[in-house]
Amino acid sequence: MNNLKVILNGIVKENPTFVLLLGMCPTLGTTSSALNGMSMGLATTAVLIFSNIIISLIKSFIPDMVRIPSFIVVIASLVTILQMCIKAYAPEIDASLGLFIPLIVVNCIILGRAEAFAAKNSAIASACDGIGMGIGFTLALTLLGAVREILGTGCVFTLNIFPEQYGALVFVLAPGAFIALGYLIAIVNQIKKQ
Amino acid sequence: MAYILIFITAIFVNNIVLSQFLGICPFLGVSKKVETATGMGAAVAFVLTLATLVTYLLQKYVLEPCGLAYLQTIAFILVIAALVQMVEIILKKVSPALYQALGVFLPLITTNCCILGVAILVASGTYDSAGLEPGLLSGVWFALCTALGFALALIVFAGIREQLSLMAVPKAMQGMSIALVTAGLLAMAFMGFSGVNNGLIKVFGL
Repeated sequence: MNNLKVILNGIVKENPTFVLLLGMCPTLGTTSSALNGMSMGLATTAVLIFSNIIISLIKSFIPDMVRIPSFIVVIASLVTILQMCIKAYAPEIDASLGLFIPLIVVNCIILGRAEAFAAKNSAIASACDGIGMGIGFTLALTLLGAVREILGTGCVFTLNIFPEQYGALVFVLAPGAFIALGYLIAIVNQIKKQ
Repeated sequence: MAYILIFITAIFVNNIVLSQFLGICPFLGVSKKVETATGMGAAVAFVLTLATLVTYLLQKYVLEPCGLAYLQTIAFILVIAALVQMVEIILKKVSPALYQALGVFLPLITTNCCILGVAILVASGTYDSAGLEPGLLSGVWFALCTALGFALALIVFAGIREQLSLMAVPKAMQGMSIALVTAGLLAMAFMGFSGVNNGLIKVFGL
């Protein structure tokens, strides 16, 4: 029951994007479409779950002084493995996310959860935290990607809502990312207050 | 001429923050005051140039000859972390004044994704080199210009936010929300530069 609460905590109460405001670079950089946002979210989720499990298993062997460097090495190794898998099995995702896959290493969500949760809790609870935070991040990225894609091109995934010539292209370009995320955060703030 | 083109493209046309989305965390985090923004911009410019130089040499003379190119991400992040530590120690000894000025921003730079991002771009030769052969000199020049672009965006944004803090903002929009919308408008302003690089290519006859 407790583990379920940890998962829900990551999705709603401490949503990494809308509440904790962590990991803004991939959030803005990869959400030009709902599909790109979702693939980035899932890639980050995979790294987050495994890094949480590994770090909570090795936490008792690591001296406090070299804690952060060792966490970074664990995360960087996982990201390298992920990068190779994506290159081998899903080259089209590799082409559309490009530089942002190796940059998962410096995503503050992963190091943040390692430090705030996995370094203090058991492996199973840490895995649940990774799943919850990962799902929360993926949902936020997919939502932002979908909003930008609908406003910009009139379709989301393969569903066509209105003809493309009525779309505001600026939402697919860089400024739209900032503005769409700004308003989504404002909406979340408003809902939280009620 | 190509170096001037790299300079203008990296700072205005493809600004690292406002059109490439790298280094958003410090862009949003330390942009409340112009003074701190200037300190952060200077620290990033310093470390970014140095880190690009070191990681490029590491990639070309250690990783690639040994067939270890797949270790790029791990090696680079460790080099950057070590470099930041070293710069901190050296500055403390050599120039305490500069160390005081950069102070808290130095350790923050390790997790700034524009450092690792630019290092990977330059080492893999996929940056916009304005027709030059990707190499050490143009790579490091590109890194320096990119860092200047980061500093420019950060300082301009901090100036706007200083004014913004005096305004009455709707409750739900306060804090990060209004900052993001402002950044969006700033990005839109920078979009005005798009196409300038193509014009310059014609003017310079490249």
